[in-house]
Amino acid sequence: MTRITPRTRRVLIGTAVTGVASLALAGCSGGATDTDDALEEGGTITVWAWEPTLDQVVEDFEADNPGVTVDLVNVGTGIDSYTALSNAISAGTGLPDVAQVEYYALPQYALQGALQDLTEYGADEYEGTYAPGPWLSVTSGDQIIGLPMDSGPMALFYNKDVFDQYGIEVPTTWDEYLQAARDLHAANPDIYITNDSGDAGMAASIMWQAGGTPWTVDETTVSFDLEGDQGAQRYAEVWQTMLDEDLVSPISGWSDEWFAGLADGTIATLPIGAWMPANLEGSAPDGAGAWRVAPMPQWEEGEVTSSENGGSSLAIPADAENKELAYEFIEYANAGDGVQTRLDGGAFPATVADLESEEFLNEEFEYFGGQQANKVFSESSAAVVEGWQYLPFQVYANTVFGDSVGQAFLGQTTIAEGLAEWQSTLESYGTEQGFTIE
Amino acid sequence: MTTTRLLTVAPAARRRRTGTVERPRRSVLLTVLTGIVLVYSLIPLIWLFINASKTQSDLFSTFGLWFGGEFALFDNIGRALTYDDGIFLRWFGNTLLYVVVGAGGATLLAVLGGYALAKYRFPGKRAVFAVVIGAVAVPGTALAVPTFLMFSSMGLTNTPWSVIIPSLISPFGLYLMWTFASEAVPTELMEAARIDGASEFRIFWQVALRLLAPGMVTVLLFTMVATWNNYFLPLIMLRDPDWYPLIIGLNQWNAQAATAGGTAIFDLVLTGSLLTIVPLIIAFLFLQRYWQSGLSAGSVKE
Repeated sequence: MTRITPRTRRVLIGTAVTGVASLALAGCSGGATDTDDALEEGGTITVWAWEPTLDQVVEDFEADNPGVTVDLVNVGTGIDSYTALSNAISAGTGLPDVAQVEYYALPQYALQGALQDLTEYGADEYEGTYAPGPWLSVTSGDQIIGLPMDSGPMALFYNKDVFDQYGIEVPTTWDEYLQAARDLHAANPDIYITNDSGDAGMAASIMWQAGGTPWTVDETTVSFDLEGDQGAQRYAEVWQTMLDEDLVSPISGWSDEWFAGLADGTIATLPIGAWMPANLEGSAPDGAGAWRVAPMPQWEEGEVTSSENGGSSLAIPADAENKELAYEFIEYANAGDGVQTRLDGGAFPATVADLESEEFLNEEFEYFGGQQANKVFSESSAAVVEGWQYLPFQVYANTVFGDSVGQAFLGQTTIAEGLAEWQSTLESYGTEQGFTIE
Repeated sequence: MTTTRLLTVAPAARRRRTGTVERPRRSVLLTVLTGIVLVYSLIPLIWLFINASKTQSDLFSTFGLWFGGEFALFDNIGRALTYDDGIFLRWFGNTLLYVVVGAGGATLLAVLGGYALAKYRFPGKRAVFAVVIGAVAVPGTALAVPTFLMFSSMGLTNTPWSVIIPSLISPFGLYLMWTFASEAVPTELMEAARIDGASEFRIFWQVALRLLAPGMVTVLLFTMVATWNNYFLPLIMLRDPDWYPLIIGLNQWNAQAATAGGTAIFDLVLTGSLLTIVPLIIAFLFLQRYWQSGLSAGSVKE
């Protein structure tokens, strides 16, 4: 890649932003169904989402478009929301016009045909607007089934004070990570390198970064290889070693204990998605100043690889009542003015223009001692390993992860055996659901 | 030798151990056991009270069974009541609505049905008995999903009715009123009233209902607690937080910590939980004397 000076870069970004804006306009007139009229006609749409920054987006959208009412309803976070959505889909009534769906859950709905193909409204013109990872997640065959709302390129969040206190280097490879885990725990038995009680999302992100494809999906044919896959093997090896040597804290993520551990330094690192800063600031304020962000530890020295962790899209149910207006809204929220509003509220972008903008990259995080953390995240976003797919029943897969692999965290089995058991559970579930398992 | 001593000692020992009705004997073992049960049931409440008085950072950093550096209970209550435009009060109002209409209605129906089944003879009574006994055995959770699909096709989901209507049915309450009514309302009394020319409705309203009061309070308490704590039904029926009862609302507050970009409000979740159980405690304190007499009714044959 050629070097670009800041000045030309800013000009380029300016063009990119105008490009996006004109695309947004073009999207309405380009042969596809015209959704622009829907805005003028007005009406009411219901949006099911738990993303906190959408409150402001909805307010602005309503102010810009008198006659349009957006009913933003938080029907639950993640799995609770999918339960409500699946119920509404199978009942055929009470569907929202827009639903927040995480990337990992999209294929599940897409395959049932439950989500509207947005190419009909011209969404294909947004290719290139979004980072490759999120864009890949919202495409299903030749359909586009949602617009990316945010993304979560992985980074290693670490407590610098703890590392400094014990004179330990911040790991750059997974081997060093293991050694740091040993050194930290030996120096102070209260301190663990990280916590994990069997988090499926984390496991997937680690396997993904390790270049894994533990399953491949070709329409309705799914094949599993959780034993031979490189990513699964690497995950099992590192995590099993940490479990055997008692180097991982058994605290569950997102619990009160977790936030306490993040604040007081007993959890020293978190390999997690780039949306984490807002959570640290809001929920572990006592850790301010101690934390920093580093690139993910690598599997081979000198490599630059990363993966995504979490992130969601806004999608439109195929049987929604007011799809034109719904599309206008998700376009505004995820490609139009709503993006900046959401960034100001602490969200992490999926849009290339924002990921590369100087303002974004130069932002100094007080929580991270003034570090320009977005530079790390942005590089991570560009280094996401290609080829990862989510299962067409990933929501189910994640909920049963704890029953098999999760048992290894309790010492009942090993991760390798847990993965094999997980695979056989998933194979029989897939067969029951009518997939061809190879 | 040993035998005779045992024989002579035994009657005296037995007398000392049994005590009398007026002066019950004190048993150290039972007192200790009751004490353990008391501590076991009170500790969660004490924990809740102590931790509802802490700031979030004290919550993370101080010992769970003692107060933190700052007594923030009133500040926490104020914030819980005003958080998110005072949504907590709305949830509180919803819960009251579900309890008054749902539990009140369930009690009324149980009294009417139990009295009729106990005091009237009609064909199919045995079948009703079998159905009611069977229904007591089916947990409400198992019926929640079929109920959801049925209500959904009737367009009732996401309305208060979807929580109230299923709450109106309490097989256990009906069964309890049935057995209670057959003991508490003497058939002779009803016959006397009939001879005096009272209508069946008047007999129920002016004679039987007075006698049924302790049983009614028992059923009311059961249905109240069940409705107040009902989690799964509103969870799948309601999508709009404006109709949530407290328990679902608190769960949403708790889940907020696990959202990308969300802020943990564990302090408010705890304070909200404390506020949620206060009305139940008050209800029990006020109704317990009715309840005690209700529990013992029918236990002795007169």
